[in-house]
Order: sequence, then C-alpha cells, then structure tokens
Amino acid sequence: MNYSKQEYSDYSNKKSPDSPLLKDVLFAFLIGGAICTIGQGVSDVYEVIFRLDSESVKTATSITMVFLGALLTGLNVYHKIAKYAGAGTIVPITGFANAITSPAMEFRREGWILGLAAKMFVVAGPVIVYGISASIVLGLFYYLVQVL
Amino acid sequence: MQYLNAFWVGGLICAIAQVLIDKTKMTPARILVSFVVAGVILGGLGIYDKIADFAGAGATVPIIGFGNTLAKGVMKGINEKGFIGIFTGGTAAAAGGIAASIFFGLLMAIIFKPKQK
Repeated sequence: MNYSKQEYSDYSNKKSPDSPLLKDVLFAFLIGGAICTIGQGVSDVYEVIFRLDSESVKTATSITMVFLGALLTGLNVYHKIAKYAGAGTIVPITGFANAITSPAMEFRREGWILGLAAKMFVVAGPVIVYGISASIVLGLFYYLVQVL
Repeated sequence: MQYLNAFWVGGLICAIAQVLIDKTKMTPARILVSFVVAGVILGGLGIYDKIADFAGAGATVPIIGFGNTLAKGVMKGINEKGFIGIFTGGTAAAAGGIAASIFFGLLMAIIFKPKQK
C-alpha cells in the first residue's frame, strides 16, 4: 500500500518470476475461500447455538470477522498471510478491518488525534464515502419509483 | 454443501479481485471502493441476495456484501420511514460492521505496537 505503482511492479516482478498471475490468483482463491468458510462457521454458530434472527446473524458474523481481522493485524499475523493471499485477504471484511487497524497502529506515534484516529480512515474512509453515497443515490431512485 | 459453496464463491470473488490487481495495477483501496459500489448496485437490483442464498458467507463476507447490506438497508429504511430512510437506512444496516471496525482498530492500536520494518 505504501509502494508507488512502479516500485510495486518492480517488487512483484522480483518476487515472482514464474507465472505470477496464476500463482497469485490461486492463493487469492484458496485463502479468500478459506476466510469465507470460517465466516460460514461463525454464522452457523450464531444461527444454531445463539438462535439469532437472520439479520442479526449477518451483523454478528461481520462484527466477529472484523474482530478477528483486527486481532490478527495487531498480532502481526494478517500481513504475513496477505503476502501470499493478496486479494484473498483484502476483499473479505477482515481486510477492511486490517485496512483500519494497520494504519491506526502505525500512525499512533504521530499522535492520538491526527495520527491514529485520522490515519485509520486512509483506506476505510473512501470505502465508507463511496459506499454510503452510492446507497443514498440508490435510495433516491428507489424512493422516486415508489412515489411515482 | 453450504460450506463448499461459501468456499468456492468467496474464493472466486477474491480471485477476480486478484486478476484486477495483477492486470490493471488497481490498488487495494480502489478494489475495496469498486467492490462496495458494485455491491450497492447488485443489491439494488436484487441480484446479490440470490448469490447470498446460494453461497452464504461466501457472498456476505467479501466487501461486496457490505455494499449489499447498504443497499438493502436503504430500501428497507424507505419502506419503513419514507424519505428520511434514504439517509438513515444504509448506514443503520451497516452500523455494526463500521462501528466494530473503528472500535477494534482503536483497541488493537492501543494494545499492540507495530513491528519495526
């Protein structure tokens, strides 16, 4: 994330000379799939053991996966998996938690307000900005369709 | 069976993102933003719920599922509260994930020190 495009492409070329695409995609598939399978297990625990309603199951699963992603980031484990998994660790919601926790930890030394708290949104901020804005645009259309 | 479907659908979504990263040099931030917006669109069209019925967490754990949650939330909010739901519905539905990410991020940054690079 801290590399420029050129540096990153130099780095990835050096690290993976033999058919990097196939290898990258395979690892992303396996590890991304594994994270989702864990999520399915968590979801079943909330559904079967705690007997939550279907909406609460989804929210509780998200919160749990976010916690695991943040914890593994704190323990310095997540980025080790991410080295191999690439998008397999970025795209699941654990990657969203990682994108918040990682800069929060790194920029704590620059202060609690403008370091940790401001920098934690360097990636999550855009996701929230465009995600919520897209939902409001959708909502406007949906509302108009309902009214008309 | 649900576990197998969660595995391969979730894996496939991540594999698509990996192809985009390798072929277009999209940064992780751009991938996340694009996938969330894609989730809002697919959710608004009612397509993503069908994938989620089939794949369970394979569809809800990837960040596209977060977009789908926003989309369904905004529509539910409008059904229940009318115009104000346009602004409250999406964020209300996604509140758990957003609040948890912020709080746990803060907590981990307090507890753990980053490793020296």
